[in-house]
Amino acid sequence: MKKTMYEKIWETHLVRASADEVPILYIDTHLVHEVTSPQAFEGLRLNNRKVRRPDLTFATMDHNVPTTDRALPITDLIAAKQMETLAENCSEFDIPLYDIDSPEQGIVHVIGPELGITLPGKTIVCGDSHTSTHGALGALAFGIGTSEIEHVLATQCLLQQESETFEIRIDGTLPYGVTAKDIILAIIGHIGIDGGNGAVVEYTGSAIRALSIEERMTVCNMSIEAGARAGMIAPDDTTYEYIAGKRFAPKGEAFDAAVEGWKQLPTDEDATYDRTLQLDAAEIAPQVTWGTNPGMVTDVTGHVPDPADMATVDEKTATEHALAYMDLKPGTPITDIPVDRVFIGSCTNSRISDLRAAAEVAKGRKVADTVSAMVVPGSQAVKRQAEAEGLDEIFRAAGFEWREAGCSMCLGMNPDTLLPGQRCASTSNRNFEGRQGKGGRTHLVSPQMAAATAVTGRFVDIRQFQ
Amino acid sequence: MDAFKEHVGRVVPLDRINVDTDQIIPKQFLKRIERTGFGEFLFYDWRYLENGDPNPEFVLNLPRYAGASILIAGVNFGCGSSREHAPWALQQYGFKAILAPSFADIFRNNCYKNGILPIALPADVITSLSQEARDTEGYQLMIDLEQQSVICADGTAHNFEIGDFEKYCLLNGLDEIGWTLQYEADIAVYENR
Repeated sequence: MKKTMYEKIWETHLVRASADEVPILYIDTHLVHEVTSPQAFEGLRLNNRKVRRPDLTFATMDHNVPTTDRALPITDLIAAKQMETLAENCSEFDIPLYDIDSPEQGIVHVIGPELGITLPGKTIVCGDSHTSTHGALGALAFGIGTSEIEHVLATQCLLQQESETFEIRIDGTLPYGVTAKDIILAIIGHIGIDGGNGAVVEYTGSAIRALSIEERMTVCNMSIEAGARAGMIAPDDTTYEYIAGKRFAPKGEAFDAAVEGWKQLPTDEDATYDRTLQLDAAEIAPQVTWGTNPGMVTDVTGHVPDPADMATVDEKTATEHALAYMDLKPGTPITDIPVDRVFIGSCTNSRISDLRAAAEVAKGRKVADTVSAMVVPGSQAVKRQAEAEGLDEIFRAAGFEWREAGCSMCLGMNPDTLLPGQRCASTSNRNFEGRQGKGGRTHLVSPQMAAATAVTGRFVDIRQFQ
Repeated sequence: MDAFKEHVGRVVPLDRINVDTDQIIPKQFLKRIERTGFGEFLFYDWRYLENGDPNPEFVLNLPRYAGASILIAGVNFGCGSSREHAPWALQQYGFKAILAPSFADIFRNNCYKNGILPIALPADVITSLSQEARDTEGYQLMIDLEQQSVICADGTAHNFEIGDFEKYCLLNGLDEIGWTLQYEADIAVYENR
């Protein structure tokens, strides 16, 4: 029978699958961070259980680490306690930890691929919805809750039902100034934030093939923003080149053998998906969100919509709520909206290629007087690389703050937050109410668009930016 | 986990679609290392005013819905972050079941692990139950998990779907880790193949 990549990975990871039982799926890699894990470790202790495979478990601190000078003490004592708890748990259960002082520390979804922990064909879970990021290398990766974290720690398995398969095919060439971020925002705008519920999405087509691995990560990262269980892209030569030489990746003959195996992963020709969608890359424009979820998005040349134009009463009410929260009037051109803050970072857009793209825009320019802008690299390794290339100097000279690695203002669990009423152009993944700070207003954009917006003080079409 | 068999409770309608877990429990409350104490922070930014007083307009603060244990909401309830703190907050506030036309995947899974029953019903049924809850003070529903049925005071029953395993776990308050560990030998075989 012809199979999709998801079906191949699913079937080869089944520990038990009887018709009348819930399937038991083996997990190859479990990534852990400080916020969603403490109660899982506590559960193990209460039930006198151990971690089955500490060698398949990796931990880091990212969600609530400060991004200011690491030599300074952490002022948020509750956050410090959570980080301390992770360190104690990793020590007690013998789990490798990249803590705040580690040169490998960073956002869990940035360091996994960077260290070669993320590999094609693996099942990967983490107590974080953006685990879908790792699908960019052809892994089956998805977010889980704390009870499931405890389950994986104790058994290295999950009780899972098989998902539907959903092919989203993007053919054609992306126009100038249009990025991976715009692809995924356009998809979410098209299918809605629940358009992928119950499904694992596989992104295919020539426009996806042409993306670098880091760009593919941006696409897969926001699969969850369309409600999908996971997002994945078949591995190819781009993938193998990316993986070669990474710290935990196979080396030498083992690498060659692994590549031969990975070549069997892509979806068979003539295999069928439960759902399909096709979009033309040439028709995608730079995207800007205007509302309070990632599906409330439009082209940068568009306008804030009118609730009266919505198809259903529920959508009309939701749009009214969103516009009230965002303090926007129907019909306002997107490029007339001024911002107070710019945030370049997060597991969506904080990798070296994102920073290079933003720096290219910022180079020789100045952040507008009315704007405060910051760049937060996704990992210490990204930060070192950027500094080696002089990107930090470009950002500083333009008036951006240059910070230490972490999740930062994507979710504002650390001191990096918006003040009530502040409006932010953000390269992160969620524009939910209060996400970046209570009363803060978030507009999601690509790194290029964020950098250009910082300079002009309002949203600008990067395609016309001089 | 507490078992769930039958429940009768007061209903509160939350007329919002796409309620995300950032709204259910905002991030500033995720720094706790305990599993308890989240109920008072449920829907924090909607439920409380700037000065910390209850927002008198938010539906959960209306006296007629005090003690509600069944929440009705719009489509795609629980989208966004995987934080299990969201079902913890709902459960610790006192909710036993949530009725909506649809749920986000991770949230729905997280509910089952905490003895909360997420019930998906057709949108028109949700709309009418929601209207009943607004029209009738003290409106109650009965939920019978064994029969997979939501039963109104007049006897009207709305059947719902649930996976056999999820139902079994809820009815028996099953420890899922214990369930998987009974197949430890299969896991070892898989690891050594």
